[in-house]
Amino acid sequence: MTTLLKEPKAKKLGLKERYAHLTRGLGWETTYQPMSKVFPFADYEGIKIHDWDAWEDPFRLTMDAYWKYQAEKERKLYAVIDSFAQNNGQMNITDARYINAIKIFLTGVSPLEYMAHRGYAQVGRHFVGAGPRVACQMQAIDELRHAQTQIHTISHYNKFFDGLHDSRHMHDRVWYLSVPKSFFDDAASAGPFEFLTAISFSFEYVLTNLLFVPFMSGAAFNGDMATVTFGFSAQSDESRHMTLGLEIIKFMLEQDEGNVPIVQKWIDKWFWRGYRLLTIVAMMMDYMLPKRVMSWAEAWEMYFEEAGGALFKDLARYGIREPKYADVARKEKGRLSHEAWCTFYNYTHAAAFHTWVPKEEELAWLSEKYPDTFDKLYRPRFEYWQKQQEAGKRFYNNSLPQLCTVCQVPMLFTEPDDPTKICFRRAEHKGETYHFCSDGCCDIFKDEPEKYIQSWLPVHQIFQGNCGGATIPDVLAWYHLNNGVDNLDYQGSPDQQLWDAWMKDRGKAGG
Amino acid sequence: MAQNVSITLQNTDEGRAIAAAILSDNPAATVASMPSLTKIDCPGRLEIRRDSVETQLGRDYDLQELQLSLISLAGNVDEDDERIVIAWKN
Ligand SMILES: [Fe+2]
Ligand SMILES: [Fe+2]
Ligand SMILES: [Zn+2]
Repeated sequence: MTTLLKEPKAKKLGLKERYAHLTRGLGWETTYQPMSKVFPFADYEGIKIHDWDAWEDPFRLTMDAYWKYQAEKERKLYAVIDSFAQNNGQMNITDARYINAIKIFLTGVSPLEYMAHRGYAQVGRHFVGAGPRVACQMQAIDELRHAQTQIHTISHYNKFFDGLHDSRHMHDRVWYLSVPKSFFDDAASAGPFEFLTAISFSFEYVLTNLLFVPFMSGAAFNGDMATVTFGFSAQSDESRHMTLGLEIIKFMLEQDEGNVPIVQKWIDKWFWRGYRLLTIVAMMMDYMLPKRVMSWAEAWEMYFEEAGGALFKDLARYGIREPKYADVARKEKGRLSHEAWCTFYNYTHAAAFHTWVPKEEELAWLSEKYPDTFDKLYRPRFEYWQKQQEAGKRFYNNSLPQLCTVCQVPMLFTEPDDPTKICFRRAEHKGETYHFCSDGCCDIFKDEPEKYIQSWLPVHQIFQGNCGGATIPDVLAWYHLNNGVDNLDYQGSPDQQLWDAWMKDRGKAGG
Repeated sequence: MAQNVSITLQNTDEGRAIAAAILSDNPAATVASMPSLTKIDCPGRLEIRRDSVETQLGRDYDLQELQLSLISLAGNVDEDDERIVIAWKN
């Protein structure tokens, strides 16, 4: 926007003053009703706030700028989506196997964007100070935009590929999707300060870089112009959300020393909850991108060990330390994606996406990226499965897995110090036994057993007869999953047949 | 040793201009390129100056426009009309 006559800048209010006008004096001490009735959730978590005006939003985004730039982002994004659809962008991806990562995204992540919208609208109502209320309300609008733009963008793939037809329904029912669903339900049913620690700080500041940055870069690398565009459009809001996450933590820590142990406990809990949720992202990065940008282990080192390390050093001045069990995450980084992919390879007949044995050059890449673990622990499995598959005996595991009561991931993780032994923890509560994948999840349960005994565990629900019936086809029908189409190996799937036909035609046209 | 602060920008026309401005104002900064994005790290502190971005873009620039090009960042942020500072405090 070039203007011929430069406006004299001195006349306008500075950014700091404009932000102050937006966020100060908006709240007031109520008189018809006591403050404690108007803001009923402000105190019960034990967080003490003495001066809400000490809150500062680092980006100081004012309403006019907010509408202007968000509108600009939408115009750009929809121009790309239109041109992607018009130019048959679906044919320019590297390989149709890639779309399976997008199926997980639409069924597992996009519904969380919508839940984030609801969550921020809720806490935006319940904070007493105007600064955080404004930030939360802007974020609530952002998150709704993320859900909408993701559904819009991915709907183009739904015209051609399977498993994308009923994402919202699947999110509420399908076994592995209870992992993201229960993560967010856990946060949204906590108090407002814990919600912000969980989502704004642990998830958005500390962990989502791992999903949105290297994975989206991978989407670009695999020719998925549509996904990279919504990804970065969302991520541009995310940077603002990240600053809110860091700000809320500092604000709580600065307001009262008594807040420090409460915040530390939430950081420990939500680091572990978020990290477990990212298991599926580890698998998407290492196995589902035909062209790879970086391995999960490299991304973990860059975004958690280095960036998180700097962050927790900075927070040390408040008495905050690195999250508990970060050392376990470090030990697991060479196995996480492999353990997850092997599990989904076993259970893909009950999933709304396909799995496969990686190709020879992909196995070589995994060996190179995971020199300490891959050849020894995982390559032999894939070679065995490949042989079975060639002999017409593709293996599907027809048992139902045991689930962790907290993270709801099947018990697939191994002992921190022994990658050949499944990690298994248990706790008793009121005469019942509960099972966990790790010390991290077990600790979370023991701290709030009354919350987690209510977990809706998909396998238990199937056994109790609450999921459409006693056989796998019954359950798949209840999931709205098309048996023989959406599930099973990529080899022989309708997706593969369609893709191969496109590629054949391309060869013809090329002469 | 000071911990790195970091900013990640889209590889768009504007993103490239902002990256160039940052690199000219922060001599200690290092760049990593990935498909469709550029990650800039800098020990301790990094500054984005309005006037430098304007020089690179050849037009007026409001620092709040950064919202359109930004992918991620690490560090404490402080913004006014003239510059955005990303820093660790220790
Ligand atoms: Fe979002
Ligand atoms: Fe967000
Ligand atoms: Zn668990």
